Amino acid sequence: MLPIVVENIHKSFGDVKALQNISFTVEEGELFGLIGPDGAGKSTLFRILATLLLADKGTASVNGSDVVKDYRTIRSQVGYMPGRFSLYQDLTIEENLNFFATIFNTTVEENYDLIKEIYEQIEPFKKRPAGKLSGGMKQKLALCCALVHKPKVLFLDEPTTGVDPVSRKEFWEMLQRLKEKGIPILVSTPYMDEAILCDRVALMQKGEIMMINTPAAIVADFGKPIWAARADNMYHLIRDIRAFEGTDSCYAFGEYLHVTLHQPVEELKDHLKAHKGLIITPAKAGIEDAFMQLMQEQNEAV
Amino acid sequence: MRQFLVFVRKEFYHIFRDKRTLLILFGMPVILIVLFGFAITNEIHHVKIGVLDNARDVYSQQMIHKITSSGYFEVDQNLRTADEIESTFRKGDIKLVIVIPDHFGDKFYHEKKAPVQLLADASDPNTATTVINYATAIIGQYQQEMTGKITLPLTINTEVRMVYNPSLKGVFLFVPGVMTLILMLVSAMMTSITITREKELGTMEILLVSPLRPILIIAGKVVPYIALSFIIACIILVMGFFIFGMPIKGNLLLLLAECGLFGLTALSLGILISSITSSQQTAMMISMMGLLLPTILLSGFVFPIESMPRPLQIFSNIIPAKWFIIILKDVMLKGSGLRQIWLPTVILGGMTLFFLVLSVRNFKTRLS
Repeated sequence: MLPIVVENIHKSFGDVKALQNISFTVEEGELFGLIGPDGAGKSTLFRILATLLLADKGTASVNGSDVVKDYRTIRSQVGYMPGRFSLYQDLTIEENLNFFATIFNTTVEENYDLIKEIYEQIEPFKKRPAGKLSGGMKQKLALCCALVHKPKVLFLDEPTTGVDPVSRKEFWEMLQRLKEKGIPILVSTPYMDEAILCDRVALMQKGEIMMINTPAAIVADFGKPIWAARADNMYHLIRDIRAFEGTDSCYAFGEYLHVTLHQPVEELKDHLKAHKGLIITPAKAGIEDAFMQLMQEQNEAV
Repeated sequence: MRQFLVFVRKEFYHIFRDKRTLLILFGMPVILIVLFGFAITNEIHHVKIGVLDNARDVYSQQMIHKITSSGYFEVDQNLRTADEIESTFRKGDIKLVIVIPDHFGDKFYHEKKAPVQLLADASDPNTATTVINYATAIIGQYQQEMTGKITLPLTINTEVRMVYNPSLKGVFLFVPGVMTLILMLVSAMMTSITITREKELGTMEILLVSPLRPILIIAGKVVPYIALSFIIACIILVMGFFIFGMPIKGNLLLLLAECGLFGLTALSLGILISSITSSQQTAMMISMMGLLLPTILLSGFVFPIESMPRPLQIFSNIIPAKWFIIILKDVMLKGSGLRQIWLPTVILGGMTLFFLVLSVRNFKTRLS
């Protein structure tokens, strides 16, 4: 029995097609990532799986229970962390945690081993109202609250959005440890650097899944060589590269531009010789390059 | 059960940690009572008057003394000529001018007729009418004292007795009214706001994805407000009784039970509002427009239902506040028991049940 099975889910809000023909499965003990920009439909998918929304078409099951018929069973088995911070701001850390433990018919002590590592980080502030915590601490508390009843499946909707880089790193380390404890996790994120930390990812855009694979395979599949380019005047550089007829794609990528070509790179160098401080070196493809290419292909197909 | 208790405790945390909520809950009743009790009143009390006494004899002095000693009036200015009347009215302090003619006493005894002119500032017609009525009554009394009992061959004597409220005190009307208003405000508005707040903050999303049953979520949110509205009802009763001398002739237990019932009616309305709205703003607007205004205007609290146009009279029957005010007045002033007020009680109970069923059915177990 697979923890999460999604088959041909469709969902529209009026004229807006939020999800189209979504299908995937999450394996036992897998950390599965939904990667995509804002508006890709990630939160809608989470809400359907958390039994909060009904899909227009298609079926989905969590832990073998249907999300429509057996929604009551699912609600007692999943841990759900919505995209927006949704705890009681006027209650302290301790009160929030105890409250959520109780409404799930358990106590903090009973499952303390599961949340211990995370809770210890915020414990010094346990008398502080949740609304007065920093972004990273809020997310740690929310994770504690989602975990306190020892869920069989964990849904985390953009848990690291609005969190500083250090806390983000810590948060993902926690997810790795939870995964080791055998809890299947479905997590969404708009950050590409987090995608490589998942076992498998689904790249989403405009309500559709463009590709599902392991991050390594997605990168390996990226067939073309990538060139990293930079010059003193980056603005003119990006304009000139995009104007060059041999360019397939050109995106800003940190302090470099990532460029793919269907003509030899020497011709590009020739085209750009007026630029000062021009550097063009071969680069390794990242998951972001793959995503950008898929996005471009999808946009061109429409 | 433990889940439920923890939920209720959480709700109390919300209430006691939010100063604005506390202010509305406990500041509002006191302010309203004081406002209605001391400021907004149509009773006559120390109205300033001007006197143009052209006679200056014993009888005119006696009459003026009689008028001022009633406590309703106090002489602010003694005028000397009729020309001053206009200018004193214009200043606005004086509501009534009494003009006594020359040789007032002589005329009364020898001509058997002494005209006294009453001039009232009718820019506020209600006050003017009341002031004139009071003044006429006092002058009439004075006339009787002077002449002694005159026996006419055939007379019809009207003996007026104002039953249940002999001194026609406004308090007797506004204490039930304010109580209704406050219970409506606290129970309906506060519950609709507190439930929509959970929706707005996103916590409803988590509560729904929990084993808690919807009915338990509603009950947990509502129970603290039942308790609070009951306490507030008691505060108003105590204030009415000790500060304004409002009698409680009927059974106190029955009165409290009826307060509890009306609290429930208002709560069920609040839940209904929260089930059809998703933002605190809308919930507040609907409670204001849909509940508070009818409660003030159509319940008989401010305007008597009997003098409304027919369609509004019929419409007022679906306002729960109307029935509660009837119950309150009957129990407090007339000392009625359950036998006399069973009809409004049954109507209120029926409304409560109807709204509760409707709102529980309307409560969504999902987001949309």
